[in-house]
Amino acid sequence: MSNISNTLYNMHALDEHADTKTMLHSIHPVSKLLVTMVFLLVVVSFHKYDLSGLLPLVFYPLVVSSLGDVPFRLLFKPMLLTAPLLVGIGIFNPILDQSIAVVFCSVSISGGWLSFLSILLKGGLTILAALLLLATTGMDRIAFALRMLYVPRLFVLQLLLTYRYIYVLLEEFGRIWNGYLLRAPGQQGVGWQVWGSLTGNMLLRSMDRAQRVYEAMRLRGFEGEYHPGGTRPLTLADIGYMAGWVLFFTTARYYNLPALLGQLVTGGIS
Amino acid sequence: MHMADALISPAVGGVMWAATAGIAAYSIKKIQSDLDDKKIPLMGVMGAFIFAAQMINFSIPGTGSSGHLGGGLILAILLGPYAGFLTMASVLLVQALFFADGGLLAFGCNVFNLGFFPCFIAYPFIYKIILNKGYTSGRILFGAMLAAILGLQMGAFGVVLETVSSGISELPFRSFVMLMQPIHLAIGVVEGLVTAAVVTFVWQARPEILQKTAMGQALGNLSIRKVITGLAIVALLTGGALSWTASTYPDGLEWSMARTAGVEELELPQGLHQVMAAFQEKTAFLPDYSFRSAESEEETEPAAAEAPWPAVSAGTSVSGLVGGSLTLMLAAATGIIISVFKRKEKLATINKA
Repeated sequence: MSNISNTLYNMHALDEHADTKTMLHSIHPVSKLLVTMVFLLVVVSFHKYDLSGLLPLVFYPLVVSSLGDVPFRLLFKPMLLTAPLLVGIGIFNPILDQSIAVVFCSVSISGGWLSFLSILLKGGLTILAALLLLATTGMDRIAFALRMLYVPRLFVLQLLLTYRYIYVLLEEFGRIWNGYLLRAPGQQGVGWQVWGSLTGNMLLRSMDRAQRVYEAMRLRGFEGEYHPGGTRPLTLADIGYMAGWVLFFTTARYYNLPALLGQLVTGGIS
Repeated sequence: MHMADALISPAVGGVMWAATAGIAAYSIKKIQSDLDDKKIPLMGVMGAFIFAAQMINFSIPGTGSSGHLGGGLILAILLGPYAGFLTMASVLLVQALFFADGGLLAFGCNVFNLGFFPCFIAYPFIYKIILNKGYTSGRILFGAMLAAILGLQMGAFGVVLETVSSGISELPFRSFVMLMQPIHLAIGVVEGLVTAAVVTFVWQARPEILQKTAMGQALGNLSIRKVITGLAIVALLTGGALSWTASTYPDGLEWSMARTAGVEELELPQGLHQVMAAFQEKTAFLPDYSFRSAESEEETEPAAAEAPWPAVSAGTSVSGLVGGSLTLMLAAATGIIISVFKRKEKLATINKA
């Protein structure tokens, strides 16, 4: 519970960044969403030993974070969060897969190490893509994009409400937690005697709040509809953005660009 | 800690996405038919509650460690299985977008493991049946514990199946199972205890909350559930047991092809067909309806005339290394150039103003 303020800060920071005015932020959210999904699919579809082919895809997060002015520290922390899982599972690969995959300067590298590095690289790329989507688009516009892609209104509405009330409830829970700490100092977590009553009280407060939220919404004319405030058609720039990145991803997928580049350079030298 | 994109293949991700989307669409339809608008804010706030509750450290007496709540079971108990599933999906989406906790491609897997098993299997077939006779604190404890433990075991098993069938991690099935299941047994015990504690509290403080959802389920949903259960059992039996008796003779189409063209499968024409076939071969995780086994791969290798992947030769390695380093340098340079340009732009606008 002590990391509530950290969580709130990170969420605020990412979402506030989505309100910056850069060229990238003005691209249609549907384009950015689709480009992100294609990027994820392409990254994940690489063969487990294909490390060099994966490298050109590093361009995408680098370019997007530069164009979108996204500070690196915002992206770094979530990567640290997922790193233990990837390392924990991936580290078995060098142990279990000892087949020789590459011989370089009389040093033989096993397939296991290649696939482990590939997992780490894929992990980094996919995490960055998801975070950059949020940092350059924002939750409201992502919901708008989902609605344009025919995701049912009920789910989009409920997603937006969950997102909004996370801020509200986290602040309230922070206060409950402080109250608990002041009455039971030196606790590492919630003691078993109050598992039920502490969490239960939080739950009842949340449900009462939900009732008040519903009444407030009804009084302001809510009838179950979702009005995002006007539609926004796709422009040529948005389609060009999508087409350009998808073309780059498919080229990188089917042609090993670093190998070609290397052959060009070493062929030119010799 | 939810499944990351890096550990699944596109095929597994796609299949689980389709399954989750189908279940979500069905849940939405079910909710809309008996929805009063009040449920939407309730689902939203409950989603936020679960998100916040997942951050609570429940310290386990005597061990010095702590456990956390998953929340699928509590959501099913308070909102019903359909609303609970959708709420869990939205919580997981917020976690995936803001904290990269669970990949966007693996979103389908995560919602299935953490939403489908607790809401559509553990809740109706374990918890509800135990609590059918009425609420007592003993039954709540037993029902919540059993449902939480089994729901989490199923979820953990789902993770194992999805990871192993993706083929990215080298962990063999048996070791992975023996790693995952015991850990999730402990987690399930904590979740069951916490769920029981919370439900008991709510039942004592505001029993009408639990009665409302319980009643909502009893009206009109039972027959559909029976039908789906029946279909699921039949599908499992047919797929599992009866497939052993599947004929090894060629099927109707192959038989007719053999009769007319002399071959059972046509050769693919060049171009798009070859490309798509190659793509399908690479991504099929149940080729010819069996697990892609190491032995079958070894058998095909001697038969293949091409060089084994990747080509082990010093020449290729050098140019590959050179190319790889150049690519990374180019990418870094692009990033630096863009930020330099942006800084110049900013200074120019500041100077103008």
